Amino acid sequence: MVCEMGDDYDEDMDIEGVSSMWPEDVGSESGKRFTMEKPGLDKDMLEEVTITEDISQVDFKRLLELTNYSEKGSSQLVNLVKNWEYKQSNAVRLLNEELDILSRQRQEVELKKLEILEDHQFEGDSGDKRPISILDDVYDIWEAAPRRKSNVVVQNKRIEIDAEYDTITYWKQRAMELEKLLEASVQREQTLMEKLQENIKTLERQSSPVEEFSQILKRADNFLHFVLQNAPVVIGHQDKDLRYRFIYNHFPSLQDEDIIGKTDVEIFTGAGVKESQDFKREVMQRGQPGKREITFDTGLFGSKTFLIYVEPVFSKAGDTIGVNYMGMEISDQVLKRERMATLREEIAVQKAKETELNKTIHITEETMRAKQMLATMSHEIRSPLTGVVSMAEILSNSKLDREQRQLLDVMISSGDLVLQLINDILDLSKVESGVMRLEATKFRPREVVKHVLQTAAASLQKELTLEGHVAEGVPVEVIGDVLRIRQILTNLISNAIKFTHEGRVGINLYVVPDPEDPGKSEEFHQNHISNQSVVSENHQKEKNCSEASHDQTCNGCLEQNGSPDEGPSTPVKHLTPADESQASGTAVWIRCDVYDTGIGIPEKAIPTLFKKYMQVSADHARKYGGTGLGLAICKQLVELMGGSLTVTTKEHCGSTFTFLLPYKISLKREPQDGTDELYDMEEHEIVSDANNDDTVACYFNFRPRTLGSLFSSAESMGTHKPPLKSFGYDPLNKLKIQSEKPYSFLSSNCISRESDLDACSVTAAVDSFSDIESSLKELEPSESYALCGGKTCLSNSSILKNPKMDSHDYGETCMGVDNKDKPRESHVVCQGQEQETRSSQIRSCSSTESPKSDSKPRILLVEDNKINVMVAKSMIKQFGHDIDVVNDGVEAVRAVQTHNYDLVLMDVCMPVMDGLQATRLIRSFEETGSWDAAVEAGIDQLEPSPQLQPNCIHAVPSRKRVPIIAMTANSLAESADECLANGMDSFISKPVTSQKLKECLQQYIPC
Amino acid sequence: MDVNQLQKRFIDYTTTLVQEGFLDDQFNQLQQLQDESNPDFVFEVVSVFFQDTDRLLNELGKTLELQNVDFKKVDAHVHQLKGSSSSIGAQKVRNVCIAFRNCCEEQNIEGSLRCLQQVKHEYSLVKNKLEYLFSLEQQILAAGGSIPTWNE
Repeated sequence: MVCEMGDDYDEDMDIEGVSSMWPEDVGSESGKRFTMEKPGLDKDMLEEVTITEDISQVDFKRLLELTNYSEKGSSQLVNLVKNWEYKQSNAVRLLNEELDILSRQRQEVELKKLEILEDHQFEGDSGDKRPISILDDVYDIWEAAPRRKSNVVVQNKRIEIDAEYDTITYWKQRAMELEKLLEASVQREQTLMEKLQENIKTLERQSSPVEEFSQILKRADNFLHFVLQNAPVVIGHQDKDLRYRFIYNHFPSLQDEDIIGKTDVEIFTGAGVKESQDFKREVMQRGQPGKREITFDTGLFGSKTFLIYVEPVFSKAGDTIGVNYMGMEISDQVLKRERMATLREEIAVQKAKETELNKTIHITEETMRAKQMLATMSHEIRSPLTGVVSMAEILSNSKLDREQRQLLDVMISSGDLVLQLINDILDLSKVESGVMRLEATKFRPREVVKHVLQTAAASLQKELTLEGHVAEGVPVEVIGDVLRIRQILTNLISNAIKFTHEGRVGINLYVVPDPEDPGKSEEFHQNHISNQSVVSENHQKEKNCSEASHDQTCNGCLEQNGSPDEGPSTPVKHLTPADESQASGTAVWIRCDVYDTGIGIPEKAIPTLFKKYMQVSADHARKYGGTGLGLAICKQLVELMGGSLTVTTKEHCGSTFTFLLPYKISLKREPQDGTDELYDMEEHEIVSDANNDDTVACYFNFRPRTLGSLFSSAESMGTHKPPLKSFGYDPLNKLKIQSEKPYSFLSSNCISRESDLDACSVTAAVDSFSDIESSLKELEPSESYALCGGKTCLSNSSILKNPKMDSHDYGETCMGVDNKDKPRESHVVCQGQEQETRSSQIRSCSSTESPKSDSKPRILLVEDNKINVMVAKSMIKQFGHDIDVVNDGVEAVRAVQTHNYDLVLMDVCMPVMDGLQATRLIRSFEETGSWDAAVEAGIDQLEPSPQLQPNCIHAVPSRKRVPIIAMTANSLAESADECLANGMDSFISKPVTSQKLKECLQQYIPC
Repeated sequence: MDVNQLQKRFIDYTTTLVQEGFLDDQFNQLQQLQDESNPDFVFEVVSVFFQDTDRLLNELGKTLELQNVDFKKVDAHVHQLKGSSSSIGAQKVRNVCIAFRNCCEEQNIEGSLRCLQQVKHEYSLVKNKLEYLFSLEQQILAAGGSIPTWNE
C-alpha cells in the first residue's frame, strides 16, 4: 500500500515531453474508459502541476499476469490493439491508393507505348488505310487516364508536328516526340517507385505497439496520479490469498516490502482489521462487489473510519483470483453524521417537549379560564340568589297560610341548597387559587363538636344516634380558623349521616403527639392509646353488628361517660398534654375522627374520593345526591391549615374520616363567664361538670329530633305533671324524672348521667332470658311504679319500645344495633321491651298482683301496628278493661296457651303468622284439647312457669271457646267471610273507633 | 293572645284540617281518648306515627331502589303505613296507601315510586299541619288553658 519511491519511478517523467500517440479519430471510442483531452489542450494545465512523487507500488509480474489472465486486463489490451490496428490499416489504405494511382499511370503509359508501336506497324504495313481522325476519336487514351493527380504531369496535348503528313520527316519528327514522352513517363514511374520505397521505409521506421501502449498507459497513469494525488484514498489489489499485490496510498507510512505480499492481518493489528479482511473474503466468495464502512483502531494510524469498496476479480475461466479494493477515509464524515444524528435527536426531543409544553400551557390556560369563569359565574349567581333567598325568608316572617308557608319552605330550602353548592365551588376555587385566608380566632373545641352535632341532629331524618366524645386533655380553648374547622366537621358529619341508614355517627376528639416531633410522643402515647382503644372497641362492635355486644357497648359507653362523673372527684391520672403544652406555649395536635356505621366506601373508589366532582359511583350520586365537592373542599382546607385528612373504611360497615390539625393554645385563659352558651344548653349537667376541669373528657349524645322538634322550649312541656320524688328506687327516680319531661329523651341526651350501676345490671339481665327471674326482681319495682305512676309511665314505655318493635320486623340482627343506639336508655327501653315481648307472662303477673283483677274481663289484643295498638289499648282502657298486647299470631297462640282470656281482638294481616291461622290453631286446641296443630305450625308449647305466675288462678287454660274478633282493613284479603270461616266470631273494620269497639265488645263481655 | 283565642284557633284549625280532608273522624277518636289520666295521648300517638312513618318511608325508599324490588316487603310496609295512618285519621296518606298497594300487586315499579313520592308529600303536609296543631296545644297549655275536645 505504502512506499516512498518505487523502483519504477520515472525520474525524467515529463508530461510535456510526452507527445500524444492517440489517433485523432479514436478518442470517442476509447473515452469510455479513459477520457483524456488532447495533449495540446491540457498542456498548459499540466504544465503548472507538478507530480512530485509516484507513490504507487506495483508488482509488475503480477500486472503482466493480470493483463494476460484477467478479463479486465485483456479487454483493455484488446482495446489498445484495436486502436493501433485501425491506425495502421488507415495508413495502409492511403498507401494502397497511392499505389493504385501509380499502377494505373503505368498501365496508361504502356498502353500509349503499345499504340505508338501499332501505329508504326500499321504505318509500316499499309500506311493510309484509314483516316487517322476516326482513330483519334476512338483511341484517345488520355481521356481515360486519371486526371486528379495534379502532380502527375501528363502530356495530353497533341503532338504538334510541323512536317507534312506522311512524309518521312513527319514520321521522324513523330517518332522523336513519342520517344520523349516515353522517357518522361519512365522517369515518372521511377519517381513513384522511389516514393513507394520511401513510404515503405517510413512504415518500417514506425514504433512498435508495445511501446505505444506503455506510452498510453503511462499517460493514463499520470492522469490517475494527478487526480488521486491528494485524495484520502487507498487503492489496492489483493490476490486470492488476500496478499497485497498493488497498493496506492497517498499517505504511506510503511515501506513497500512491508506491504506487498502480505495480508491485512499481517500488516496491522487492532479493531477493524479482521472485519475488513473478512469482508474482502466474503466479497470474494460471493463474487459480488460490496461496500462497507469499517472503523479501524490500529496502532499505525489511530482510530479512523474507512468506507471500503471491494470488487472481485475474475480470471477468464471465471474463477476469482483476487479483489480490487478501494478505501476512503471518512472519519470526519462519520463524526459529523453522528453529531448530526444526535443533533436531530435532540431537536426531535426538543420539539416534542415544546409541543407538550404548548399543550400543557393551553390546557392550563383553558383550565384557568374555566375556573375563572366558574368563579365569576358562581359569584354572579350567588348575588341574585342571595337576594331571592333572603326575600323569601322575610316573606316567611309575614302572615301566610299553611299552604303558602309550605311552598315558601321548599323555596327557601332549595335556595339554600343552591347557595351551598355555589359556596362550595367558590371555596374550592379560592383554595386552589391561593386566595383563601385563614383566620386565627380563639374557640372551644367542645363547643364546636357540640354545635355541629346539634345542628346535624336538628335536621336528622333518620333513626341515628349522633354522639361526640372529646377526650380529656383537649384544651378548652385553642386558636384556629373555627369557621373552616366547623365547615370541615359539618361536611364530614353530613356526609356520614347521608350514607348511614342505621347505627350511629359520631365525632371523637383527642390530643395526639406532634407527628413531626416524635420526642414528645412518649407521654402522650398512653393517653392516646387508651382513648383509641375505646374508640376502636366501639368501632369493632359497630362493624361486627354483633348482637352480643349489647352490654359491652354499655360498658364501653360507661368508660366514656364515666369520665365526666369522675372528673371532679378523682384526680386525672395523666399529665394532660394540654397542661404541658400550655406551659410551653406551643401548638397542640388534635386528631378528629368522624365515624359512622354506614355503607362504607369500596376500595376502588378511595383514590378518587377526595377529587373534585367525584362520587363513589354514578349510582351513589343518583341515590344520595350531592355535588361531590364536599370532601375535596375538606381535604384542601385541612391541608391549607397544615394538617392531613385520611379515611379508613370498610364496605357495609362504616367509614372513619380522620383529620389531624395543629392548633395554637391560647395562653391567657379567660375567666369563665356566666353567659357562656354552654350553660344554656340542655345538657348542662355535663357541662357544669366539665367546667370544673376544663380538659376533662366530654360526651354528647343526640337522638333524632323527630318529636322533640315540635317543642321549642324545655319548660313548656315539663310543667304539666307534678314531680313524684317519693319513689325510693333510684333507677325509677330517674325514670320518673324523665317522665316529667317526656320529650327530653327524644330530643337530646338527658340520659347521659343515669346511674351506671343499674343500667348495667338491668341491661345485662335483659340480655339473657335465662336470667329472667333475676330480671323480674329488678322489674317489679318498675312495674309497681307503672301501676302507681299512672299512664305517664306506661305511655313512656310504649314509646320506648319502638326499637324492639323494629327488631321484630327486621330480625334479630338489628336488635343489637338498635339497643346500642341508646345505650343509656337501654334499661328503660329494655324494661318496656321485655314487658311487651313477654307481655303475656309479665302482664298477667302484674295484673294478678291486684286482687280485683279476677272480676275484670281480660282481653288480648293481637296487633302488629304500634299505632293501632296504642289507639286500641287506649280505647279499651277507657272501657275499664285490662288488656295484653302481642304482636303476631305466634305470640297470640302462646298467650292463649298460658292464659285465659275473655276476648281476643285479632288483626288479620300480621307478620310471622296472620290472624286467621292463629285463630285456627286456637280453635283446634279448644276442640281437641291439644296444641298439636300449633306444634306442627312451629310453636313450641311454653310450660307455664310457676315463677312467672305465682298468683295466677287460671294457671291451666280452659278449653272454653274464647270469642275472637277480627280487625279487618276492609281489603280483599281480609274479607269478613273469610274471618268467619276461619273460626272468628265477629269483625270490626279498621280504623277502630270507640263506638264500634264498644258495640262489639258488649256482645261478648260485660261492659 | 289569650287562652280563649288560642282555643278557638285550635278548634278552627282542626276543623279546617278535617274539612280539607287531611284528617278524618278517626283523629277525633284520638282526641276523645285523651283525658286527665292520659293528657298527652294524641301527641304521643302522633309522635309514634311520625317515627314509624319516617322509618317506613325510609325503608320503602331503600327497598324500591334495589335491583329486584321485593314487592312483598314493599306491600308489608305499605300495609303498616296504611294501618297507622288510618288509625290516626291521616286520611290522605291512607288513600295514597291504598293506591300504593294496588301498584304493589301489579308489581309496578314506576307506579310504586310515584306513590312513594305522593305518600311522602301527603305525609309531610299532614305532619306540618299536625305539628302546628301541637304547637297551638302547647301555647294553650302554657297559657294555663285546657285543650278543647272537638265535637261537631
